[in-house]
Amino acid sequence: MEPATLQTTALHPIHVALGAKMMPFAGFDMPVQYSGILDEHHAVREAAGLFDVSHMGEVFVSGPQALDFVQHLVTNDATKLVDGQAMYTVMCRPDGGAVDDLLVYRLNGEVFMLVINASNIDKDVAHMEAAHAEAGFDCVLDNISEQVELLALQGPKAFDIMAEVTDLPVADIKYYHFMRPEPGAFLGCEKAILSHTGYTGERGLEIYCETAKAADVWAALMAAGETHGLKPAGLGARDTLRLEAGFCLYGNELTEDTNPLEAGLGWIVKLDTTDFIGAATLRTIKADGLERKLVGFVMEDRGIPRQGCLITDAEGEPVGEVTSGSQSPVLGKGIGLGYVPNDPAFTTPGTTLRFNVRGRLLAGTVTKPPFHRAG
Amino acid sequence: MTFPDDCRYTKDHEWVRLDDDGLATIGVTDYAQGELGDIVFVELEAEGTELEAEAVFGTVEAVKTVSELFAPIAGTIAAINEALDGAPETVNDDPYGEGWMVKIRPTDPADLDGLMTAEEYTHMIGADA
Repeated sequence: MEPATLQTTALHPIHVALGAKMMPFAGFDMPVQYSGILDEHHAVREAAGLFDVSHMGEVFVSGPQALDFVQHLVTNDATKLVDGQAMYTVMCRPDGGAVDDLLVYRLNGEVFMLVINASNIDKDVAHMEAAHAEAGFDCVLDNISEQVELLALQGPKAFDIMAEVTDLPVADIKYYHFMRPEPGAFLGCEKAILSHTGYTGERGLEIYCETAKAADVWAALMAAGETHGLKPAGLGARDTLRLEAGFCLYGNELTEDTNPLEAGLGWIVKLDTTDFIGAATLRTIKADGLERKLVGFVMEDRGIPRQGCLITDAEGEPVGEVTSGSQSPVLGKGIGLGYVPNDPAFTTPGTTLRFNVRGRLLAGTVTKPPFHRAG
Repeated sequence: MTFPDDCRYTKDHEWVRLDDDGLATIGVTDYAQGELGDIVFVELEAEGTELEAEAVFGTVEAVKTVSELFAPIAGTIAAINEALDGAPETVNDDPYGEGWMVKIRPTDPADLDGLMTAEEYTHMIGADA
């Protein structure tokens, strides 16, 4: 069901002027592609791409017990964060099902920013508010999603381009760290966060800024990037890039019916050192052994198993399902992720799986992502 | 977007052109290639395959989506565009020329008369506004 009116980001007029193909996504009218998915994909792998991902949600958690509350919500260890550091994590329900995957930014010991998926903003905020009401931590939640724009500058040239628009020591920002320039210090933004993070498998930055300045930031980066091969890139390329990198997408690999352990996210689920909503269930699930596991695959036969395609054994008996599938622009083959039984006969890299693509069984090989460095 | 007047069109966004040798060349329209986006491969039934009208004669895989190809009219596949194997992007670049898909020998060339003209097709997709 589509909402009657779509929300737009501050950069919407720019996308339209660039002739982007627009599509409803998570209630927003978003650019899917400009010059074409393959062209944009290769630009990000070889030079750089600029994405508008302002539809993402931002929730601030502030107060004396902000850290305790964040830790109560997320599976990763928030106590390990220092000021200016971010982490990737998941929020779970009590039954271990994933509510969302998100980034947690520690601005200081009493202020954290949680960056959540656009399609989950309402659900996540409700989940957080319910958890807050129940546990009674001394902190406040502030959903400022509509006041924050987010641009992602991604690719091997991203930092070179950034160096042309600012004298700030951006090159010194370590991976999964960020800086907060003084008001006005970054392209006139009153509030900005420059974060060395991304969703493409390339080096890059994610730039949070206020709505009023987003178009200026976009224009400055595009102008500086021209000689570096920078291209505007849409959600289509964002998806093929993240899939080549082997990153989970909420709604595909992660849902309320999947837990982060079977999704291969055990590395951000700290069951031994932390406690959080869903931890008890996940400890039991881990002790009992996982029933299924997310694996990556590269197609040997020509064909692309898409989301929902059945994974079968050699005889064509269904054993699992594809969660994401696409052509890999870099490999020139079909790639994807999907759930199979947690049995070495299905999960060992090099194993041949079959995929029922419109009635034909096509062969693919279990391959550990990232795919774009595979082979 | 262009829609040549010497082609007939289907609701499935394919074009058919009756050639001087009596064969009918079939491809997808400029509108279709644009909607599909970057085409990464085209799979076609073999030469000699007999097709009823509306029968599936191939699939077009784009990065984000897949679409089946339906025979606009009945006939027998006389040739397939093997060049698409190594260069599927030709469909995006030149949908009415080098990006053709198959040539069929029509069971009855008069069947083409039942298909849309360029003007009717343009109207159907709302590109005549």
